[in-house]
Amino acid sequence: MRIAFKTSYDTDIDFHEHWNNRFWIIALVVVMALLPFIVSEYYLAEVANTLIFSLAGMGLMLLVGHTGQVSLGHAAFLAIGAYTDAALMNAGWPFLIAFPVAGLAAGLFGALIAIPAVRLSGIYLAIATLAVFVIVEEIIILAEPITGGVGGLFAPTIEIFGLSFDRYANLSNFYWLCLVIVVLVTLGYSNLMRSSTGRSFLAVRDSEVSARALGIDVTRTRALAFGLSCAVTGLAGALMGHFIGFFNYELFSIFISINLLLVVTIGGLGFIQGAFLGAILITAMPQIIAILRDGLNATAGIDLGSIPGLDTIIFSLILITFIIYEPAGLYGRWLKMRVWWEIFPLARRDMFRRQKSYLKTERQK
Amino acid sequence: MSLLKAEDIAVHFGGVKAVDGVSFEVDEGEVFAIIGPNGAGKSTIFNLISRIYTMTRGKITFDGTDITRLPSHKVAPLGIARTFQNIELFDHSTVLQNLLMGRHTHRSTNFVEDILFLPKVRREEREHRKRVEEVIEFLELEAYRGKMIAGLPYGVRKVVEIGRALAMGPKLILLDEPASGLSVEESQEVAFWIEDMRRDMGLTVLMVEHDMKLVSAVADRVLAVNNGRPLALGTPAEVQSDPHVQAAYLGTPEEDAA
Repeated sequence: MRIAFKTSYDTDIDFHEHWNNRFWIIALVVVMALLPFIVSEYYLAEVANTLIFSLAGMGLMLLVGHTGQVSLGHAAFLAIGAYTDAALMNAGWPFLIAFPVAGLAAGLFGALIAIPAVRLSGIYLAIATLAVFVIVEEIIILAEPITGGVGGLFAPTIEIFGLSFDRYANLSNFYWLCLVIVVLVTLGYSNLMRSSTGRSFLAVRDSEVSARALGIDVTRTRALAFGLSCAVTGLAGALMGHFIGFFNYELFSIFISINLLLVVTIGGLGFIQGAFLGAILITAMPQIIAILRDGLNATAGIDLGSIPGLDTIIFSLILITFIIYEPAGLYGRWLKMRVWWEIFPLARRDMFRRQKSYLKTERQK
Repeated sequence: MSLLKAEDIAVHFGGVKAVDGVSFEVDEGEVFAIIGPNGAGKSTIFNLISRIYTMTRGKITFDGTDITRLPSHKVAPLGIARTFQNIELFDHSTVLQNLLMGRHTHRSTNFVEDILFLPKVRREEREHRKRVEEVIEFLELEAYRGKMIAGLPYGVRKVVEIGRALAMGPKLILLDEPASGLSVEESQEVAFWIEDMRRDMGLTVLMVEHDMKLVSAVADRVLAVNNGRPLALGTPAEVQSDPHVQAAYLGTPEEDAA
């Protein structure tokens, strides 16, 4: 078992209390950076897609996992990011400016929506965000001169200082661009969570009444979380637009909102790592199911491809199983496995049984 | 000099007069206790001070500032910290994080600086951490520093909540039944801590408590309330021997006869 000897407060402030963890993170980033030399273009594109989903997942994780607010409308903010970025670039803006502006636009719109919306909570907030999504979708169709209406919009090729980041012609470059953005956002997110702003998010999530008693402005904190969440989602939307190349409003359907909610729930609510694990599962699962199905067809001659909707059923079953048996998500499962291994062979069977907290009355509220 | 002054405060929920015309003054450096039977309005008085409820009538001033109409999150920065009767900790965070959340009023960085984690943020984090460590040492929470709240026993949670209030570095601390549900030894410890808070930290303590042993041990003055009305005010001994107070707790012979 590893023990971190803490000799300075910085050990608690730093991301990792042990050099070991730091080593693995660096190793992971290095492997990810070398990936274009290792895997084929097909898989590289899949990984780029997963990275974009992780980015959007992080956006939603900040809101759902760390501030405890549900949003069913995050596809709208993906769309705002994608359309702002593409429209600005079509108007001649360089990517390096259009991209952050797209994030900012989504973030500002999110914060604006948040001012009335954050007074709602739970199912009411979910419905309100769903309404926002519907409104944004309509606006996109109506604002034809900018968005191309129903017909859609081309996302121009990204060029930074004369270097092309085209998704088809220079996939490796595009992949590296996604990787850099994801790494930067992850860093910023982690920084946020280890500082007082991040703690105020957690406070609002866990007990509003004591958050107030500690001097935290709950409405402002929630609006800030909403804004930051939407900004990150907007960035992901911009990348998604470039990844797809040509898109219209149908790309940003309600199903993307739901998929994103699944990413954060299955990944593990309240963990940044969960956004990545969830994104990997959600993007890889349809592929894995397809591969297994083809394998079954080739070896046993059973053609499940002829049954419509089977993929979706299997997909849903796996998700439901997860939510019932592992509510802490993939990352929660990983933490348990790690503890089990670290104290091997001393783990007891009931060690990870969920504890029921004593009843919390509503008297103070 | 009085630090907290409540003048004729009242709150009515529809026809229910939870608090009805209570006045008291808490002097600086004093330990002031509010006692009363269940439903007497003790916790409601706390919720009026921390502005969770809005008063129907009356006025509360703290340190010369009128807090009667202040938004609830503006109360803490004035130097009023509190605990809750039913423990309102952040269950999915560690003890350390909970205590650090108590430092919120002392933050000077904004969210952009936090995201970039500028050197300034790190300096401030170290300072918060140092203050929190002092609280951990004071309340002997060393063993629980990295533990999640959700897995802690009740007695420890109670102490963590006091710690979170102390981490704020307040002038006045409101303790809502600090000894309820604690063992004899644990409430003894709470008595020592309250003594130390007053003596070493120069805090003013306002507490609601049922345990008369604790109240007599630490309180300078006691206010007894019943049905939202004040019954008696004075030293613990005076209040305990007050016939109205005894009647409220034990009932009067006439009532028994009826």
